[in-house]
Amino acid sequence: MAPLDGGTGSFYATRAKVYPRAVGGFYRRIKWAFLAVLLGIYYIVPWLRWDRGPGAPDQAVLIDLPGRRAYFLWIEIWPQEVYYLSGLLILGAVGLFLATSLLGRVWCGYACPQTVWTDLFMWVERLIEGDRVQRMRLDQQPLTTAKGARKVAKHSAWLLISAATGGAWVFYFIDAPTAFAEIFSGQSSVEVYFFIGLFTATTYLLAGWAREQVCTYMCPWPRFQAAMLDVHSLVVTYRDYRGEKRGKHKQGETWEGRGDCVDCRACVVVCPTGIDIRDGQQLECIGCGLCADACDEIMDRVGRPRGLIAFDTLANVSAAGRGETGRYRVLRPRTIAYGLLLLVVGAVMAVALAMRADVELTVLRDRSPLFVTLADGAIRNGYTVKVLNKTRQLQAYRLTVDGLPGARLAIVGDGSITDDQAHASLEVKPDAVGTFRVTVRAERRQLAGEATDVRFRLEGDNDARASQATVFLGPKP
Amino acid sequence: MPTKIEKDSVTGQNTTGHEWDGIKELNTPLPTWWLYVLYATVLWSIGQFVLYPSIPGVRTYFSGVLGYSAREELVQKMQAAADQKAPFLDRIRQASLADIRKTPELLGYAVAGGRVAFAENCAGCHQSGGAGAKGYPSLADDEWLWGGNLAEIERTIRYGIRSAHPDSRTSLMPRFGLDGVLERDKIDDAAEFVLSLSNRATNADAAKRGATVYAENCAACHGNAGAGQRELGAPNLADGIWIYGGDKASIVKVIAESRNGVMPAWTDRLDPAVIKMLTVYVHALGGGE
Repeated sequence: MAPLDGGTGSFYATRAKVYPRAVGGFYRRIKWAFLAVLLGIYYIVPWLRWDRGPGAPDQAVLIDLPGRRAYFLWIEIWPQEVYYLSGLLILGAVGLFLATSLLGRVWCGYACPQTVWTDLFMWVERLIEGDRVQRMRLDQQPLTTAKGARKVAKHSAWLLISAATGGAWVFYFIDAPTAFAEIFSGQSSVEVYFFIGLFTATTYLLAGWAREQVCTYMCPWPRFQAAMLDVHSLVVTYRDYRGEKRGKHKQGETWEGRGDCVDCRACVVVCPTGIDIRDGQQLECIGCGLCADACDEIMDRVGRPRGLIAFDTLANVSAAGRGETGRYRVLRPRTIAYGLLLLVVGAVMAVALAMRADVELTVLRDRSPLFVTLADGAIRNGYTVKVLNKTRQLQAYRLTVDGLPGARLAIVGDGSITDDQAHASLEVKPDAVGTFRVTVRAERRQLAGEATDVRFRLEGDNDARASQATVFLGPKP
Repeated sequence: MPTKIEKDSVTGQNTTGHEWDGIKELNTPLPTWWLYVLYATVLWSIGQFVLYPSIPGVRTYFSGVLGYSAREELVQKMQAAADQKAPFLDRIRQASLADIRKTPELLGYAVAGGRVAFAENCAGCHQSGGAGAKGYPSLADDEWLWGGNLAEIERTIRYGIRSAHPDSRTSLMPRFGLDGVLERDKIDDAAEFVLSLSNRATNADAAKRGATVYAENCAACHGNAGAGQRELGAPNLADGIWIYGGDKASIVKVIAESRNGVMPAWTDRLDPAVIKMLTVYVHALGGGE
């Protein structure tokens, strides 16, 4: 292997451009399927509709930043509930750990947006400029009209795809049909065009120009994925015990005394990151398995069994090298731990979602005055009560306080305390937070010392209820 | 500069040529464009140096080609905020206190503005939220010395109590002890009687004797049953609220030495709109009438 610095001693090196050759086969078909499904999800989801009644957006998946709401089918997330997002991220991370410890870097090779869009861009490139050899030849040619036309066509197609990518991104944040019409009629806000432009630029640069450099230089995941892998994880491996000693092979020659690898470099030329899988596990390998497809094709042609390069575990490969039969160990401490963690977090989230109330109550005690002594000797405390009405209807709630017999509640409305009852009636608009100043008045003999534990209870229609504990303060007894 | 580039026998890679206590590092070169990104940021910083204030001098500084000034921006923003507030303040200045309370938009603005003005001007004595302290009445309870409706509160804020302003509210409680008006034991009896008004007397005989002292010396202002009199700012002596403390020693001290609390007049110090906002805010603290 040649030194990476080309023997110059420089700390910088010009990137060696990778020209991956087209390849067909099992893993390539899976990759196409992933690409179609993931791009389909990305582009179609903003257009799905979900009826939430009048006054509410009818987009199935929508993150409404100005409105401070996130809609996901029947779920409506308020900013206070952003822990659902944290939960989803934790699920995603643990799911990634589990998949990696079982199947190696399948995320990188199949599902990562960088891989999906790079694959799409390479496909376009191949359509316009031809396969590996034609592309290499084209790049070496002097600039001619024909070459220029091809380059312009390729970059235009890339930019179009990038613009569509950036365009679809904003649909997740504003109503898609409206935004679609506005974008093309020039009525959208500057922010919308800015973000479309931003994502167009990043898609074009990352998928068109940076490609594998994103994985090797920018992405942190390849750096620590080794922590999830062990010798029992399936990874793309070269079965060196079978392949070595490698060498050219002419038809009719014997296979005795040599390996199956005919050193055709098919695995190298199809690799999207430009590495040689026969050098062993490498940081640059994204685990896509295209080299296995390329090798299988060659093995068929030379009449040797498939699977010289395959998804296999390092333990199996070394076992087979010793002439033993390896075995797959799916259940390992780490996979069990990741699986359990996934189940627990998933269950917690499901329970939290199922128990999600339509109403929430927050009670903030006044800090000053801590309490007020009234002329008749009674004690009054002030509270700021916030009621979150998550329904789409106007709701009337009834607020009472436990722990203070005979306590009287009043709402400080326009500045004067008028009514004085055992409960307070609070009316909250649909999908809104109602804020009320509530005073509670109690006889001094009902207090249990300087601080009395009390609990505010809120009741509404349809069994909506919420409560919050706080204290009622009074003078030293 | 790298001095001794070697070839590593295991990997076939060159070392960087640097050596730290025998530790050498393999050279894994970065892509060249990465270096160009660094150069681009350097160019960017030069642009910033030229466009924005950057180089300090002794008395002045290089103000940049764009002439940007953070201080000027602040002045502009303050002016913009003042411009935004002006129409509200005008409306508050012209509206009556009752109208302000009836218009939710103005009420919200007045309470918010009143809170700020209260914190700046009033909370020093009356405490935040009008909690009050010894000698400084609570503004959140349901008793008022001089009246708790909007007009009375505004008048108190404007002209103060026993202030230097000619329209100030004023009254004077005599110093019964210091000026020798009453004997020590008579003061003691009067205090017992005051305690009996809220059923807290410990000496029934003294309270009975004190009734006469009270009727002759105190009832004119504080009323026969101790209900107080707002025209004179005379506090109610029969309820649970005591500005200087409700125990006997405190009451004796007040009778003997008198306390005539002072509140300054604000009419010359605050804008009429601010006084109106303060009035509405104080009224909304929990005791407004």
